[in-house]
Amino acid sequence: MFVRTALLVLRKDFAIEVKSREILYTTLLFALSCVLVFSIAFVKEGEPLEDAAAGILWIAIEFAGTLALGRTFERERYGETLRALLLAPAPRAAIYVGKMLGIVVLLAVCELLLVPLVALLFRSRLFEEPVLLVALLLTGTIGFAVVGSLFAAMLVRARTRDVMLPILLYPMTVPLMIGGVRGTVALTQTPVDQASAVMWIVLLLCMDAVFLILALWTFEPLMTE
Amino acid sequence: MKKAFLPLLLLAAAMFAYAPVVIAHADYESTMGLVQKVMYFHAPSGMVMLISAVVCGVASALYLWKKDPAADRVAIAAAELTALFGLIVLVTGPLWARKAWGVWWVWEARLTMSFVGWLIAVGYLFVRKYGGPGSDKLGAALAVFGTANVPFIYVSVNIWRTMHPMTTVVPTLQPGMRGAFWFSALTLFLLYGLLLTARIHLERQRTALDQLYLAEED
Amino acid sequence: MDLHHGLLPKVVTADFDAVSLIDVSRHFGRRRAVARLSLTARAGDIIGLLGPNGAGKSTLIGLLATLVAPTSGEVRFGDQPARALGAAVRRRLGLLAHELHLYPELSARQNLRFFGELYGVAAGRVDAALARAGLEERGDDDVSGFSRGMRQRLALERALLHDPRLVLLDEPFTGLDDRAVGVVSDRVRELAAGGAIVVLATHDLDLAEGLITRVVLLRDGRLLADEAAAPGLRARYRRIVGGA
Repeated sequence: MFVRTALLVLRKDFAIEVKSREILYTTLLFALSCVLVFSIAFVKEGEPLEDAAAGILWIAIEFAGTLALGRTFERERYGETLRALLLAPAPRAAIYVGKMLGIVVLLAVCELLLVPLVALLFRSRLFEEPVLLVALLLTGTIGFAVVGSLFAAMLVRARTRDVMLPILLYPMTVPLMIGGVRGTVALTQTPVDQASAVMWIVLLLCMDAVFLILALWTFEPLMTE
Repeated sequence: MKKAFLPLLLLAAAMFAYAPVVIAHADYESTMGLVQKVMYFHAPSGMVMLISAVVCGVASALYLWKKDPAADRVAIAAAELTALFGLIVLVTGPLWARKAWGVWWVWEARLTMSFVGWLIAVGYLFVRKYGGPGSDKLGAALAVFGTANVPFIYVSVNIWRTMHPMTTVVPTLQPGMRGAFWFSALTLFLLYGLLLTARIHLERQRTALDQLYLAEED
Repeated sequence: MDLHHGLLPKVVTADFDAVSLIDVSRHFGRRRAVARLSLTARAGDIIGLLGPNGAGKSTLIGLLATLVAPTSGEVRFGDQPARALGAAVRRRLGLLAHELHLYPELSARQNLRFFGELYGVAAGRVDAALARAGLEERGDDDVSGFSRGMRQRLALERALLHDPRLVLLDEPFTGLDDRAVGVVSDRVRELAAGGAIVVLATHDLDLAEGLITRVVLLRDGRLLADEAAAPGLRARYRRIVGGA
């Protein structure tokens, strides 16, 4: 029942997105603009600053992800469909999981484009260890989606939700960002610092687990008025 | 508790008044000079901030799951004090760092943890103020996540870089400084307890007032 | 309409046949939205929640839908408190509020299918519901292109897709023309005859009169009257609640 409901919500979001692709395209374009702005800021005499690529990649993911979160939950606010979802005869946390997975998929698609682009623009050697890179991106993105989806859901009815989401989300995701960036830097060293990267991946995994458990526990009490 | 409040308050005031004397009499640290004495406020404030953050987190968890309004009162009081003592840490830290290491700020585990923790505490206060309906539960969730986050922030920044004096700064304090340190720490702990109690009391009055308004309508 | 009668069950399998609010209060800080309200609704009732703006009608509906938790008192389904029942009781609840709970980006059929699958409803019911709403030809059009009346009819069928025992309607007649009002009223009567408990909050006294079987008057969260419906509703309302 739980998994089925979560997957139904995911499929519904997917169906909506497939029709207009609005959130996907705009999120992608925003991420690209981020990369542009940061590149201009962090390039010195035509050469990218060392390790800038890692930082810029994760900042773009975080900024674009924050916007995507806001828009995804705005969709549920429009017809008060969030209320209808909360009325479904399934554990309410399943709805949270469905939305969270949707964000992970959306960001994953964005990263498919962002990562090669950043590697190209910064002449960075991001693909030395593709498996580790994917694991790092996955654990970091999941952590961000887990925390972000909960906060975005709880802010749906707040008037100041647009600005509150970044205010609350950015400090909370600091360890995720540190892990993501440092892990990515480790992967771009010569030779690749595998041990560090693996350590960061494991740390990110722990964070994901703790945050997910907390989110599953707190979603229902939060959503009941 | 109420009876003990006033005498304890007087005690805290007296200790505060006496503290500069104690601190002045403590050994003078040769390399840093007078600025080193900031440490007598900085380190205990850091401890208080951490304790307050945990109090807030635990109270928030209780509020979310047991829906006990008393827990919510403790949470909001503790959050305000976390922000206050966090501010003290963040202001006194750079003052010390400038003299000790020549820079105003370093990105190391405890300072970063304090900064992020402070941002989360301020975020909590913003949510309570501007969050709209249900903001009490939003804040509680934020506090629970924030408290769970603290070890992660510490570990991740620690692995990243380390420059702060190690936690063992207390045992390896010169004997001449220990007395002053513990006196300051005790003063600040006492002050924290008093402020927390007073703030919870204020919140309780506020709830009682709301109840009176509601009862008056009946 | 006769063609589809066979696909719609006549009587819902009962998990409860009455819903009660026992001394329920809900306050937001200093403002009391619902004040010590006690009410019992039984199968076959069509209860009209009437009252001026801010009377607490929507909060009451939220309480019955388990979306809002009371600050004191208890909501009971049958003889079980709502708290003990958990997610299972939601299977027997249907809600239609002003915002309609539809995804404008999806088609009518996609909307119904999504909610149908959430409730584990058979696929044939979706087509039947579309027919009931009179939208068979527009089934694959996006809801964003529908008029208010069409959306309302679709939203009503979405709320009733899983044969709820307790049907909560918050202002269901808004923006409907006469014919649509008649269709909705007939639907409500049919539901009550089939054993459902219908709670209907509305401003429109004329529409309510003749449809509801019981009148519940609210003002400032307080229950002013709870009586069987009788002619002369508007006059009685004005006298009890004060002002039109």
